[in-house]
Amino acid sequence: MSEEFKVEIVNPEKSFLAKDDVSEVIVPAFEGEMGILKDHISIISFLKPGIIKILSKSGEENFYVEDGIVEFKNNNLSILTSSIYNLSDLDKSKQLDLLKQAEEEASKSEINDQTKYLVDQKIEVLKSIN
Amino acid sequence: MASLDDLKKRIASVKSTQKITKAMKMVAAAKLRRAQESAEKGRPYSEKMNNIILNLSSGISDKANAPKLLSGSGNDKVHLCVVMTSDRGLCGGFNSNIIKKAKNYFAKLAEDGKDLKIITVGSKGNDQLKRAYGDKIIANISFKESKNANYFDAEKVGKMVIEKFGSEEFDVCTIFYNQFKNVITQIPQAQQIIPLNVENSDEDKSDDSYEFEPEEDEILSNLLPKNISTQIFKAMLENSASEQGSRMSAMDNATRNAGEMVDKLTIEYNRSRQAAITKELIEIISGAESL
Repeated sequence: MSEEFKVEIVNPEKSFLAKDDVSEVIVPAFEGEMGILKDHISIISFLKPGIIKILSKSGEENFYVEDGIVEFKNNNLSILTSSIYNLSDLDKSKQLDLLKQAEEEASKSEINDQTKYLVDQKIEVLKSIN
Repeated sequence: MASLDDLKKRIASVKSTQKITKAMKMVAAAKLRRAQESAEKGRPYSEKMNNIILNLSSGISDKANAPKLLSGSGNDKVHLCVVMTSDRGLCGGFNSNIIKKAKNYFAKLAEDGKDLKIITVGSKGNDQLKRAYGDKIIANISFKESKNANYFDAEKVGKMVIEKFGSEEFDVCTIFYNQFKNVITQIPQAQQIIPLNVENSDEDKSDDSYEFEPEEDEILSNLLPKNISTQIFKAMLENSASEQGSRMSAMDNATRNAGEMVDKLTIEYNRSRQAAITKELIEIISGAESL
């Protein structure tokens, strides 16, 4: 038995990524980071801003997400997200753009606690990317 | 009978019209390919989203406390209709088909004594509806600036709908759009998005249970607003593919009709030219005879 499963990332415009030789995926779930291996129990959760790490035969890939939902079932991992960037494609200026956007949002006065938390997360993650 | 000069002018003008319709057809065909592609690419997202929501809602035990977006506000009085049309004309029956469908629905609502509110997306729908239902239209959104349907626009509409639902301005929300089947067939659709229709859950997958993190209802209340934007986005994608398809076949027809017209006019032109020549000959001959 191989220790691999399928992962598919979709955003509203298209199917962003599909791989079927993945050994482990680490997602920034809402209540903390979560590593998913083969034969994980069926789970639905949603994401907070962070890094998705996909480990497969062909190496390691990292993606920055701002929100989304993950569903794992029958060794199929689906990640639905409206904002995802491949870290290797994300250049410095785009990163700074996103950071600026997030900071602007954070400085708004009528922001509620939950969004504030999410935005702070966003800023933290963006700052940590190099 | 029209004079030769008039006929010549008419032939020229029909020909130039034909050139335009031909060009429009080409443009629509190119855009159609792109729109169709993105409509197809967008499908997995909305399907997956739907699946997850189905799984979630079947897992919810406490139906009474389910989020309102799923279960409805408990009333069935005020209906909000989001009528999605294009911003440009010259696309055959595309807009009028949606409008017709919507108007039928409005008439039924009026019969049942329900209140009606309308949001129009796209200026053509607004133009056609404002005469009969002007007082019912509460908002008109148009995305003339954005070239292709994109998710941010859909989210804008979605947020507006959710906000209005939150302030209890309506109970039931239905969106109207054209579903793209193929280039010549587009099916006008009415889809209810609030409260969500989950009854078409024919696939019974309740045998395996999910683990949820955090709780079901928290996920659900986060997911449902997203789903609304997703459904609207899906409608926008289908709509833009349908619009291009409809325009393409309309322009194809127009080009063909123009061609027929040019043929007919050319025959008429040649006939009257010949008649004029014959007449002149007769005049000359009879003039010579009389000498």
